[in-house]
Amino acid sequence: MKVMYKNILFIILAVITALVLVNVLHKQPSYNLKLETLKQEYAIKPTPSVDHSKLPALQKKFNTPQEVTEACISCHTETHKEIMNSSHWNWERLSYVEGRGISASGKNTVLNNFCIGSNSNQQACAACHIGFGMNDNHFDYNNALNVDCMVCHDNSEEYKKGSSMAGYPDRTVNLEKVAQSVGIPERNNCGSCHFFSGGGNNVKHGDLEVAQLSTTREVDVHMAVNGMNMSCVDCHTAENHQIKGKLYSVSTSNTDRATCEQCHTSTPHFSHVLNRHGSKVSCQTCHIPEYAKVNATKMAWKWSEAGKLKDGQPYSEEDSIGNHRYLSIKGSFKWEKNVKPDYVWFNGTADQYHLGDSITTLPLQINTLNGSYNDKNAKIIPVKIHVGDQIFDKKYKRLIQPKLYAANQGDSAFWKDFDWEKAAAAGMHDVGLPFSGDYGFVETEMYWPVNHMVAPKEQALSCVECHSRNGRLAELTGFYMPGRDRNKTLDTAGTWLIVLALIAVIGHGLMRILTNIIKNNYEKQVIDYDKPDITD
Amino acid sequence: MRKIYIYKGFERFWHWTQASLIMFLALTGFEVHGTFEIFGFEKAVQFHRAASWMLIGLIVFAIFWHITTGEWKQYIPTTQKLKEQILYYLSGIFKGEKHPTTKTELSKLNPLQRIVYLSFKVILIPMTIISGVFYMLYKTIDQNNLVVVEEYPLESIAFWHTLGAILLMVFLIVHVYMTTTGETPTSNIKAMLTGYEDLEDSETTNESPKTI
Repeated sequence: MKVMYKNILFIILAVITALVLVNVLHKQPSYNLKLETLKQEYAIKPTPSVDHSKLPALQKKFNTPQEVTEACISCHTETHKEIMNSSHWNWERLSYVEGRGISASGKNTVLNNFCIGSNSNQQACAACHIGFGMNDNHFDYNNALNVDCMVCHDNSEEYKKGSSMAGYPDRTVNLEKVAQSVGIPERNNCGSCHFFSGGGNNVKHGDLEVAQLSTTREVDVHMAVNGMNMSCVDCHTAENHQIKGKLYSVSTSNTDRATCEQCHTSTPHFSHVLNRHGSKVSCQTCHIPEYAKVNATKMAWKWSEAGKLKDGQPYSEEDSIGNHRYLSIKGSFKWEKNVKPDYVWFNGTADQYHLGDSITTLPLQINTLNGSYNDKNAKIIPVKIHVGDQIFDKKYKRLIQPKLYAANQGDSAFWKDFDWEKAAAAGMHDVGLPFSGDYGFVETEMYWPVNHMVAPKEQALSCVECHSRNGRLAELTGFYMPGRDRNKTLDTAGTWLIVLALIAVIGHGLMRILTNIIKNNYEKQVIDYDKPDITD
Repeated sequence: MRKIYIYKGFERFWHWTQASLIMFLALTGFEVHGTFEIFGFEKAVQFHRAASWMLIGLIVFAIFWHITTGEWKQYIPTTQKLKEQILYYLSGIFKGEKHPTTKTELSKLNPLQRIVYLSFKVILIPMTIISGVFYMLYKTIDQNNLVVVEEYPLESIAFWHTLGAILLMVFLIVHVYMTTTGETPTSNIKAMLTGYEDLEDSETTNESPKTI
């Protein structure tokens, strides 16, 4: 009987041990069929069905870029209508914004805390407009011939917009060559504007820069040449030229967004625990541990320091890694590389400071990303927060749109004349707002969701990056997170309770030992006293 | 004095498995709580979940065993000699007095043990396990997925679970110490390991216990 019991006990214990070991040693399968299928799908790059160099309509000399557009429209007869319905063309989009109503947001109506705004500076800013001849705010948005097809569709790398030429191409561009080599937009088409926004490489985004034209998996798993080598439009797909993806410095609504889930689904992990995180944590939060991995990005910009001159001439200073620390025309900057993002709640809707709005918060939020823990649609996302100060009207409590660019001195442009008052008056006149003449500088913040430079999965954030007392999400409040949060009263009381229990049992035990010794001694003493009696 | 087979095979298996699971759960659980770092947060969570399912399974078997064998009757609380038992631990034990109650096969637990173990079984363990299950199934999930626990804030779920864990630790400390208050300091632990214990002849028992 006893032997049988021992055997049974042994078997049960062995089973338990095996279960524990299986659990401890179990590794997730490394082969992810879902991911492999995706990779295969995107490994085959589309081949164009038309070779534009063979089209008769393009076998001619083009004197103006508008002639190229005309040639495009001669075949793509309705396409210009799609373009002219896009925000790339209109520089604004109508949408409903909570608290604001139906309003137009876009470069025409909002400001930023980099080069501030395009109004009154179109001659220069229109280098990133998909049109020709936007040199002031009287641009004809209904003239189809001014649509610039080439800037997005040139596959020859020949095309480039001229500097401060109101959106016209550089005079050196061979229009015939460009017209005959159009195709699906490539990385450098999108990058020619989106990498250089804010006046230089990686200035604004931090996660979009020229290095992504040819990079490694460490920097960007999607765009890496030794990785999937994907182009922008692989994710930012378009239908009728309405391109998926939102930039929340100008966009407001939670629609037509380019998401990770559109390819990876909302349950991409083997672990259910990780998948469940997806309800409150965006993919980007864990998978983009840092941005600006190759070149630095601008983190701060103080306009208040602009305008200093040396011997009457503007000058520049550089920091240790070769970025401008100071420019007389723009002020002082702070650049950073390999930046850990900040984290905020975001539900996909945003609001911006519009020209004419009153300044209500300090620092002023140039754009506001909406969302909180209690918002069902909100997730934690990584952001770059760009801080700075910029000119505002002290009397009207409004941001000022200054006129920065002009070709020549004496045109009120700050970059030529270094006179804030004239620049402010000219700029505000241009947007049709009053200027009191009393200006100052107000601190501002701008939020840039970080979506690119996805790291290889091995570099994704580990649990403790957030699940610890002072982790990456230490600043986010309103919810309980294991490892970060605790009930301090309970923890203190619990610690005391455990300590007291230990003291009690140790004390009790010592007393037992002590009383036992005393008792034994007493018994021994009794024997000692008896001894002489016996010997007697 | 007779050698009595007092703890059955399953009882011992259940006791020691439960003990090791609770200690393992404490180790991983307090790591998840942020008290210390041993396995790393991710592993701690995985182990804690696996071990918790094992404990739940074990407890289901234990409940079945208690019901079918009638052992549950051991835990019916009584006030008879409760005061004497408390006084014994407070003073009598230091004077070398005898235990006020006699341990028999049919009445393994003294009145104090009955109350404490009953509370352990019907309050502490359920509180910790139920809050733990809520914790484990806690999802703040969007439209398409199953929402198991959402209305209760994780903060209060975590509160009850942590409270349970702390009380279990206090129980563990006192319980381990109390095993040394038997006939000899190790006789109780030996009994729980082998199943056999030397018990005094009891005047109150009429049945003849199984002896070897």
